[in-house]
Amino acid sequence: MRHVFNFLQSTVGRKYLMALTGLVLVFFVLGHMLGNLQIFLGAEAINAYAYKLHKLLPASALWFIRLFLLICIAIHVWTAVTLTLDNRKARPQGYQKKQAIQATYSSRTMRMSGIILLSFIFFHIAHFTVRSVPGMKYNEPGVISKKVDASNDFIPTEVPLVKKGEAVFKNGQKIMTFNVHDMMIAGFKSKLVSLFYIVATGLLCLHLTHGVSSMFQSLGIRNSFWRVRLDRVALVYGWTIFLGFAVIPIATLVGILRADPSGGLIANAQVHQQEDITHKLFTQEVTLK
Amino acid sequence: MNFTLRVWRQKDSVSRGELVEYKIQDVSEDSSFLEMLDILSENLVEDGKMPMAFDYDCREGICGMCSLTIDGIPHGPESGTTACQLHMRHFKDGQTITIEPWRAKPFPVVKDLIVDRSPLDKIIQSGGFITTRAGSATDANTHLIDKGTADYAMDAAACIGCGACVAACPNASAMLFTSAKVAHMNSLPQGKPEKHRRALAMVSTMDGEGFGGCTNIGECEAACPKNISLDVIAHLNRDYAIAQVKNFFKPSA
Repeated sequence: MRHVFNFLQSTVGRKYLMALTGLVLVFFVLGHMLGNLQIFLGAEAINAYAYKLHKLLPASALWFIRLFLLICIAIHVWTAVTLTLDNRKARPQGYQKKQAIQATYSSRTMRMSGIILLSFIFFHIAHFTVRSVPGMKYNEPGVISKKVDASNDFIPTEVPLVKKGEAVFKNGQKIMTFNVHDMMIAGFKSKLVSLFYIVATGLLCLHLTHGVSSMFQSLGIRNSFWRVRLDRVALVYGWTIFLGFAVIPIATLVGILRADPSGGLIANAQVHQQEDITHKLFTQEVTLK
Repeated sequence: MNFTLRVWRQKDSVSRGELVEYKIQDVSEDSSFLEMLDILSENLVEDGKMPMAFDYDCREGICGMCSLTIDGIPHGPESGTTACQLHMRHFKDGQTITIEPWRAKPFPVVKDLIVDRSPLDKIIQSGGFITTRAGSATDANTHLIDKGTADYAMDAAACIGCGACVAACPNASAMLFTSAKVAHMNSLPQGKPEKHRRALAMVSTMDGEGFGGCTNIGECEAACPKNISLDVIAHLNRDYAIAQVKNFFKPSA
């Protein structure tokens, strides 16, 4: 145990933790981005994806993964904070005139981008996971409806799970799922929220531009031959993540992505028919319950 | 050439220092930066003032004594050059030049531009040696070392211990210095026996002396007058982790 403690106390050891947790988060954001991009395949695809994410594994496994990711973030932040404090202490008196020789903007602003990203993560979880951001009641049809019982809580409205244009039945009952598609679109309808998402993913790009290459250095598996190449990889990776995430709020704001309260069941139907069928769907949902 | 110099003057380690402005005229463009400071000192003595205190020894760029932060860059704007090998022709006539000492908590200012760099010696003392008997030379070619390894160790050994890496690092980290020593010795057969002990001891001393941590931004490499590469830091990180893991699984005595 003493060895582990020694390792964690050293500056090098804490950088290992930062790099390893960073690696987990780097893969997580890529998976998250690829999942999100399914919104362009229609409500059917992304709702089915969300259903799989939540229902394929038991709830305990889902919580285990969530907890694991949160712990990774916590360790990443803890190492960043303690190392930063140690680094500040190492130079109590600064230079009157100091200039960076070659350090990139992204490498010098990791703390700034990191702090803003952390606040973004809190907002993002409150916004789309817990769905408790004040003023964001997702008043679009089919996302959140007010519960009529005593608790007076907002509960998600469910839509049928759709596969190849048909609702999926199990044991003679229609499988219902949360309309993630409309939740995202309702969330991004707010220009301010969308702007925050775009800025935050831009900062994520900045953070990754240094981080993706830097973690190889911290883990001791980088040399000057690979440094140049890894820096390029990091740049491409950062921009890919940025564009992959930012395209969704942008597409929502310019009207390419539209709400689909049927969850993709009648994506090709006429609008007036759609409203009619949607109405039927929801009445059906009530009778099913 | 004429210059306006803003130089850090500090009477002793306990006094408060400040930047003092001096004008200097008719400096030859072929004079080195330290020779320019010599001229300044002579002028100050003529005016009955204290001459400049700054570290130097060989003035050939190999001893690692000079330690001037020139316009915010350790050893000045020329890359791969110590301040003593920097010539005034690299500056513009009439330019204002700011000269400050190395800034780091482990490097307290002794006087003017002189800092105490003994923490670097303590890092060396804790692991920068080999335990092989070195009294008499062994026969040539008893240890075959391939060219790549020899070059790598030689490049790391080029470190003159000036501390410019610490001065350039925004975290005042001594990682480039420490890892240059570790990479130099750990990559050669003579240094292999205490490879892991060395990595652990030198990092521990480095942290204990109050240097900051590495954020992989590469300012040290850019400021290093011997162009020591960041590769050595990755080498130290690697050896350090392996040493920690081996230590963890080693049965305690």
